[in-house]
Amino acid sequence: MSTENTETEERTVRCMIAKVGLDGHDRGARVVARAFRDAGFEVIYSGLHKAPDEIVQAAVQEDVDVLGISILSGAHNTLVPKVIAGLEEYGAKEDTLVLVGGVIPEEDREDLKDEGVAAIFGPGTPIEETIEFVRENAPER
Amino acid sequence: MSRKEETEEERRDENDELVDRLLSGDQRALARTISKIENRSPGYRDLVSRLHEHTGNADVIGLTGAPGSGKSTLVDKMAERYREQGETVGVIAIDPSSPFTGGAVLGDRIRMASNVGDMEVFFRSMSARGTLGGLSTATTDAVRALDAFGKDRIIIETVGAGQNEVDIVRTADTVAVLVPPGSGDAIQTLKAGILEIADVFAVNKADRDGADRTVKELREMVGELSMPPAAGSGHHGHHGADETGLFSDSDDRNEDDDEDDEDWTPPVVETVAKTGEGVDGFMQEVDEHRTWLAESGELEEQARERYAAEIRTLLRQDTAALIHEEIEARGGIDEYAERVLRKETDPYAVVAELMKPVEDCVRKERQERDD
Repeated sequence: MSTENTETEERTVRCMIAKVGLDGHDRGARVVARAFRDAGFEVIYSGLHKAPDEIVQAAVQEDVDVLGISILSGAHNTLVPKVIAGLEEYGAKEDTLVLVGGVIPEEDREDLKDEGVAAIFGPGTPIEETIEFVRENAPER
Repeated sequence: MSRKEETEEERRDENDELVDRLLSGDQRALARTISKIENRSPGYRDLVSRLHEHTGNADVIGLTGAPGSGKSTLVDKMAERYREQGETVGVIAIDPSSPFTGGAVLGDRIRMASNVGDMEVFFRSMSARGTLGGLSTATTDAVRALDAFGKDRIIIETVGAGQNEVDIVRTADTVAVLVPPGSGDAIQTLKAGILEIADVFAVNKADRDGADRTVKELREMVGELSMPPAAGSGHHGHHGADETGLFSDSDDRNEDDDEDDEDWTPPVVETVAKTGEGVDGFMQEVDEHRTWLAESGELEEQARERYAAEIRTLLRQDTAALIHEEIEARGGIDEYAERVLRKETDPYAVVAELMKPVEDCVRKERQERDD
């Protein structure tokens, strides 16, 4: 747009909303995707039934600031660590904000956070709360 | 403007490291480089400058067409086949962003079903943010990054709607336009700009009603456009409107390929991207166009023209920014507009006043150079 001195950086928060594993319910993921878009974020939606590898590939290549994983199947304890290990392999764990949405029992939450999940948003979380969290915690790069 | 705390030197070191990592095949470095390009992050120009010398080895294919014409699905099939041939692939998929919030949902990735987990296919979604002429520049630069990374084939995918998209696909060596069947109206709209830039037409979803007619209409239109009325002598002209069978045209027509320095007549092929039918024929045409480009010398010519256009675009942007800076320093453009309104001055006089220091400086420098 201009010489570099006067050029203003156009930073937009990039997010990926991912559905992992054998779970065909993506109403929630779609609602979040749309709300994120309306909040001015760029959202990449993964589509259904993705393997952890695919999510990692997409998150790395798209260089997303935020990875939101939606899981309603109960397999979060195996799937989420796999995704995070994959991010680590590509050096992307440190500066990707990983969020989990869906039905996560209270007793599993600490373990997920230890794995590197920044926040967990269960059913009924107001979408504004999630957006606010992203705005405040999206990594500075 | 932002991040003042980072010095020029630090930024240079950072770019050094990033370029090294990119050239050695680090996925994350490639992804981050494209982000910097997209964001116009401080130092991105230096970054792109360094990449330039490593480019020039990739075939760049632009793919455009109306929403729903099956672009993403075709891209997926193309990537799959390139991988079967042992080639690496980069894809840039451009989606228009929501104009109100600047946000966007980028969904093209969903269709990349055949290449999941295959890191040799690098797929990147870009929104149309920064549309003020910047998007085609950003696309060109992102293609450079993929090229320098070592991708053999790079596909740029975008919705064909307006001038912006035309500018984007023009950054490719070969432009393919997808047309859904039965779209008489769609062909009418194609006339406005897209038709002229197409090197290959694909009537996709060719298993649907109306495909034959669409193929025929397109061929007629291509015939009207292509230059010499000397019938049938064109590279591809002879397999025109009389062949209607699905995919029959790509087989037996290489015999006249030795007729060089012919103009290129865009072929019209039928594809069903979803099942993969006709995709080989389509890709063969894309390859033939590439061969023609190389043999006719058009490839270099095109590149030269593109670089010239790029230099002009950057110059326009930078001079505009310099002038903008000057106007701001003088209190903003509103003041000038107000004075024009009150008839104290006129637009030409204002421009003359603002341009004077620039002209003086440029001419003085030139004088000194020439002496």
